[in-house]
Amino acid sequence: MSQESQKPLPDALSRGASLKQLSLINLWRSYCRHHVSSAHDSLRRLLVQPLSSLMTCLVIAIALALPQVLSVAVSNIDQLGQGWQGRPSLSVYLHQQVKEPVAQRLLSEIEKRELIIEGRFISPEQALEEFEEHSGFADVLGKLERNPLPPLLQLSLAEEASLEQVQALQADLQARGEVDQVDVDLQWLQRLQQILALGKTLIWILAGLLALGVLLIVGNTIRLAIAARKEEILVTKTLGGTNAFVRRPFLYTGFWYGLLGGLLALLLTEMCLFALSGPVAKLAGSYGSSFRLIGLNWFDAGFLFLVSSVLGWLGAALAVGRHLAAIEPK
Amino acid sequence: MIQFLNVSKRYPGGFDALSNLNLTVDAGEMVFLTGHSGAGKSTLLKLVMLMERATRGQMVVGGQNLNKMPRRQIPFLRRQIGVVFQNHQLLFDRSVFDNVALPLLIAGFEPRDIGRRVRAALDKVGLLSKEKLNPIALSGGEQQRVGIARAVVNKPPLLLADEPTGNLDPKLSAEIMKLLQQFNDVGVTVLIASHDLVLIERMGKRKLTLEAGQLVGDEPEGGQVDQGGLL
Repeated sequence: MSQESQKPLPDALSRGASLKQLSLINLWRSYCRHHVSSAHDSLRRLLVQPLSSLMTCLVIAIALALPQVLSVAVSNIDQLGQGWQGRPSLSVYLHQQVKEPVAQRLLSEIEKRELIIEGRFISPEQALEEFEEHSGFADVLGKLERNPLPPLLQLSLAEEASLEQVQALQADLQARGEVDQVDVDLQWLQRLQQILALGKTLIWILAGLLALGVLLIVGNTIRLAIAARKEEILVTKTLGGTNAFVRRPFLYTGFWYGLLGGLLALLLTEMCLFALSGPVAKLAGSYGSSFRLIGLNWFDAGFLFLVSSVLGWLGAALAVGRHLAAIEPK
Repeated sequence: MIQFLNVSKRYPGGFDALSNLNLTVDAGEMVFLTGHSGAGKSTLLKLVMLMERATRGQMVVGGQNLNKMPRRQIPFLRRQIGVVFQNHQLLFDRSVFDNVALPLLIAGFEPRDIGRRVRAALDKVGLLSKEKLNPIALSGGEQQRVGIARAVVNKPPLLLADEPTGNLDPKLSAEIMKLLQQFNDVGVTVLIASHDLVLIERMGKRKLTLEAGQLVGDEPEGGQVDQGGLL
């Protein structure tokens, strides 16, 4: 050591007392370099502990995938409803005593209206026959003294008929003397829409709560990371590291947690949809429908990544803001 | 380089670490700061780095008034001050090279400059061959030299050392002091807090003596001024 220390000062140190002035462009470049190295270094740290990182990412993924799967389900049911909304129909129940000729006259009169595409008269006898056939209550029905079913006019409406038009028609028909009751087969659809709207609201609330959960998970993980690297933070601050410099790697860590969590969430969502697609196709097939599940599109996936990485970053920012200021060299 | 005018530091709880301190250290000086534990040596160094704020008084370091310095400016002050700690404060999760490179990364040097400067600093402290090792594999004296290399790597005009030889035997201590003096020889202002009186005497530099937060002795370089039996 003593021999080595006797050496003349190397050129790089011999100028001694002056901190080299860094130009603005150099500072900008070093700023960008630090972003790249922080991003790289924080990702490396995550990958060094794959299992615990995976656990954290998985928790984030589940929290993100849950509302995602639910919203896919709701939009599929919505889609299904949209498909059926096209052909609304009215069931016009006539009074028991209305005879077939009267009913037929009424039908041909109603059929002239523009909204109605076709009408069909179903007599009480026909109705009973169909009912016996489909319900399996033939024995019971046979014991009835008289047919309890009313004559019925079944009207198919044009696809473009709006809800208001259908309701106006319903009120109009209801007002006629022969008519006992008019059922709009659209009502269940209306209710479905309302239930779906409620479902969507619930999903947003759920998503909000789970997003808060993601913030806390990332925040807590970053808090532990800060505690684990306390020495490094102290030394960095002593050597003149700015708060932004110290913060940066942790913000990137949060960002990576979010992004990887989002990736896993996408994977989970797709797996759920894949698992559901078979049974759904079978169910749809049994109804003679060619309905297929609609999965996530590119926009949804992009949005998921954006939300997840922003949440990760934000969670880290909250933790860093709370805990980093407390670490000052003493 | 360093000017203290009526500087006092009272810690929360009422302990006066420094009271009414007046002190000037010129650029290019090498000064020892001595005194018993608790005399205020470390506090003085902390005030220079703004790890602590003075309770009263005026402080100017490197031409900058520390009283008015906002928090966000503190990092840039610290980049102009090299610090050597008794426990060297090296990071054991990275190599010797990366430890020494840290101040340059913080200051935003170009990667090729970083390599050149780190190697120059390590060469100066005689540890160029150990740049790839983890500092935990080094001896106490070597770790302290890595700490010195890190303190001088970005060529700060001011070098502070807080008990740099505290854990070392006399021979290693002398080597560390000699190393610090070489930086002073090329113009770096050096302020060393130490209670190794024998070593300080041998160096023959200016010596400031603190007692209970007050400056009770100021021996100029090469001088042996009587301190009224204080020492």
